Amino acid sequence: MTSCWSVQLISAELRSSKHWELSGEGTEIAEQGSHEARVFGSIPPQGLTQSDLMKLSFGKIGFSKAMSSKWIRVDKAHEGGPRVFRTVESIEDQVREKLLLVQRGNSSQLEEKEKNELKKRKLLSEVTVKSYWITKGSSFSTTITKQETELTPEMIASGSWKEKKFKPYNFQAMGVAPDCGHMHPLMKVRTQFRQIFLEMGFTEMPTNNFIESSFWNFDSLFQPQQHPARDQHDTFFLSDPALAHDFPQDYLERVKKVHSEGGYGSQGYKYAWKVEEAQKNILRTHTTAVSARMLYKLAQQEKFTPVKYFSIDRVFRNETLDATHLAEFHQIEGVVADRGLTLGDLMGILHAFFTKLGITKLRFKPAYNPYTEPSMEVFSYHEGLKKWVEVGNSGVFRPEMLLPMGLPEDVSVIAWGLSLERPTMIKYGINNIRELVGHKVNLQMVYDSPVCRLES
Amino acid sequence: MPTVGVKRDLLFTALGRTYTDEEFDELCFEYGLELDEITSEKEIISREQGGSKASGASDVILYKIDVPANRYDLLCLEGLVRGLQVFMNKMEAPRYRRVRPVSGEPQRLVITKETAAVRPHAVAAVLRNITFTQERYDSFIELQDKLHQNVCRKRSLVAIGTHDLDTISGPFTYTAKPPGEISFKPLNQTKEYTATQLMSLYKTDSHLKHFLHIIEDKPVYPVIYDSNGVVLSMPPIINGDHSKISLETKNVFIECTATDVTKAKIVLDMMVTMFSEYCAQPFTVEEAEVVYPDGKTCKYPELAYRKEKLSSEFINRKVGINESTETLARLLTKMCLRSEVTGAGDEIEVEIPPTRSDVIHACDIMEDAAMAFGFNNIPYTTPLTYTVAHQLPVNKLTELLRQELAAAGFTEALTFALCSKEDIADKLGKKISETRAVHIANPKTAEFQVARTTLLPGLLKTVAANRKMPLPLKLFEISDVVLKDETKDVGARNSRRFCAVYYNKSPGFEVIHGLLDRTMQLLEEKSARGDGYHIQAAEGKKGGGGGWHFRACRNSLNR
Repeated sequence: MTSCWSVQLISAELRSSKHWELSGEGTEIAEQGSHEARVFGSIPPQGLTQSDLMKLSFGKIGFSKAMSSKWIRVDKAHEGGPRVFRTVESIEDQVREKLLLVQRGNSSQLEEKEKNELKKRKLLSEVTVKSYWITKGSSFSTTITKQETELTPEMIASGSWKEKKFKPYNFQAMGVAPDCGHMHPLMKVRTQFRQIFLEMGFTEMPTNNFIESSFWNFDSLFQPQQHPARDQHDTFFLSDPALAHDFPQDYLERVKKVHSEGGYGSQGYKYAWKVEEAQKNILRTHTTAVSARMLYKLAQQEKFTPVKYFSIDRVFRNETLDATHLAEFHQIEGVVADRGLTLGDLMGILHAFFTKLGITKLRFKPAYNPYTEPSMEVFSYHEGLKKWVEVGNSGVFRPEMLLPMGLPEDVSVIAWGLSLERPTMIKYGINNIRELVGHKVNLQMVYDSPVCRLES
Repeated sequence: MPTVGVKRDLLFTALGRTYTDEEFDELCFEYGLELDEITSEKEIISREQGGSKASGASDVILYKIDVPANRYDLLCLEGLVRGLQVFMNKMEAPRYRRVRPVSGEPQRLVITKETAAVRPHAVAAVLRNITFTQERYDSFIELQDKLHQNVCRKRSLVAIGTHDLDTISGPFTYTAKPPGEISFKPLNQTKEYTATQLMSLYKTDSHLKHFLHIIEDKPVYPVIYDSNGVVLSMPPIINGDHSKISLETKNVFIECTATDVTKAKIVLDMMVTMFSEYCAQPFTVEEAEVVYPDGKTCKYPELAYRKEKLSSEFINRKVGINESTETLARLLTKMCLRSEVTGAGDEIEVEIPPTRSDVIHACDIMEDAAMAFGFNNIPYTTPLTYTVAHQLPVNKLTELLRQELAAAGFTEALTFALCSKEDIADKLGKKISETRAVHIANPKTAEFQVARTTLLPGLLKTVAANRKMPLPLKLFEISDVVLKDETKDVGARNSRRFCAVYYNKSPGFEVIHGLLDRTMQLLEEKSARGDGYHIQAAEGKKGGGGGWHFRACRNSLNR
């Protein structure tokens, strides 16, 4: 019928109706009476032993029902064993009455509750009848022509396709999935961020060095040697190669001085700076270490030229791990160095950057970083959560970091950063970072993930 | 970020008004604080130990406020209130003064030369005629704890000891003795112990065990005595029970012992500026004299007010605003940096109080001006910096290849750069010493022992974790590995690698071979010995999973 229907030979209308029917047991009761009524009926005036009663086919079920209806009673202490007696003169077999009503087709006279009770006892069942009413369809004919599923080269060659009927295409099913490769969602997001920076004229920094010395990672950034981030708990130190060598010596001396004594307008930290601490190799904790190297290189130029740098690469933290934190993650960083940059300029460039991510409502909160002053946390308004959420961190590098490098005094360097994993997890709806990064990746998620359009 | 927990109602009483949670959150945002959590003691215990343990705990609302890590003056309710009141122009910043004792000599703390071996520095001060309530007392203890955690670097740099001056008598001696020779009744104990016994006793104390290592292995331990031989404390571990502070204490002797004298002075200043509020003469601190082994003396606390001059032009230029000199001076005063127009052009003289040890450069002053102005009131401007962007060549090539490899039907993986020694050695049939791997000194687990020298283990682990997926699995990764390199300043470098894996019921070597050919085609390398690439079998070793090993030799890929 379905195939006739699909080619409009016929048209069919589905109708369904429900009605109540007696089960096998129900039919038996309608004829012979309910179990409990038959129990009642089988007890003579002098009563019947319980054991005898139980031998009857309707005995077991009927007994408990008759007891609960208070039609009979048991004298447990009777001589010869427990004996069952009638308690009333006559009974009304309501169950049989109801079943007879249904059998005659008058089930509507019973309440839903009553019908459901009988259904529970498996005496009744509700039956749905589906029927199709068939009428002639628009293409009705008394002959059936076979339908072709596909056009073949032979049909085209012979011209026989003109007389063939073709089976309509089933658009309800899915098509054949192409046998393709896939790119990793985190890398897709990285490509987009990279694109944004390039569009804004930012040059990519050479960040292909995971191993860094404490000097470039911390000391050159004016982060003191006693700072908690330089702890064993937060940073991965190397046992081999343990120490770095080859520092630009006079620059190192200037860094030592600004930490321990001050200078360049600063009080300094006033502690004993040790070169042994600076030599310790680590897995870099931020890509800002590379920014420091680049700024130092810039300062060695004969003539200062303004620059815009960016990087998106891996960093390492030895912290406690949980559903959203791993030991390694990716940091996105942007840096602008030019004469006379202001805090307003930093806000402006952040605005331009985040607009490309579709974020236009920004708010800035004073924050603290050892190497920037002022520092700002960047918040954006999340329409869904109806609150401000942090989207990044930013600041103006301190003079104690820039001046020892040799950069001119009127040069300001503004910078900002955020993690790559967080926007990716939000964009792709991933809750556990381990499903995204590392070998426990959810490959199906990688196969199914859409293109990365950051601005929507 | 350090978190300070304050009772909300106490806070509002001190601030002189109530706020809704939203209003207070807004105030925090402007001042650079964050209202992290609104909770109560009962809720905290419920969450950490279960609801049953929480009955009987306090319902009083607590505000947990996140404070910038360099603002030691905001680590207690007293400091927060003071900072906020001055910020809102409700009061002027108090003036902290060191005063001489009303009669007689100042308290003296004599440092002996033995301390040089273990904990050389000490400073001291007296809080005279102070009145404690339960809340003030709790805050006093809490601040010491917070300072210990933060600027004192878990007591290793500085340790604070506070004592009831009326139970002891100076001059005090700060010395160091072998542990067996130190004996006293420590805080909250009922009998005397030697220092050696205390080290064992506290090994199981959840709070104190973390500090034992600071002096444990030293030949001598620091100890402070009064003139009658009563032990005040054995820094940085524990104070003596004899001189403990109670609610009835009227005169407090504070000593800070340290390995960093600058931090010791800052910490002492913080303690006394915060709590001198409760002295009969508020904000005055009675001096104490420290005598060094060489006979020199020094009076503490320093409570130094430093003056710095800067121009309003400097502030306007750096921030990107255009305010008058008078306005800027007013804004700075709101941040507890009392400022005055000197009259010499647009010069402002700023006085930096002892509570603001975080201000070490004019840029710190400039930030405070911007904060008082309101970060969100600053107009955005766009920098006119004109630059042409350049891509890093190896990254550019990687981006191009990734897309082509996905087009070839392979799926990109992203695996960890850190792994176990076995992953790059034993499991690949190699010895770790041959791998030129970089080793990590403090891995928390075996997964962080080395940095990877090859991408293969990561991809194989990805296959293993996903082996229930429909076959075949075709994975690739283009990423960095780390190798030792003596020619680099840090002794190591990254190397960009490309790795691909094919996993199916049959090994399909020809698939990988085909992918290699395709990649070479994309890189314009011919299949030819000499002037192109070729494949040859590797000697000897077989991989852990069986199968073939080969080496693809090719001329430079350095495009």
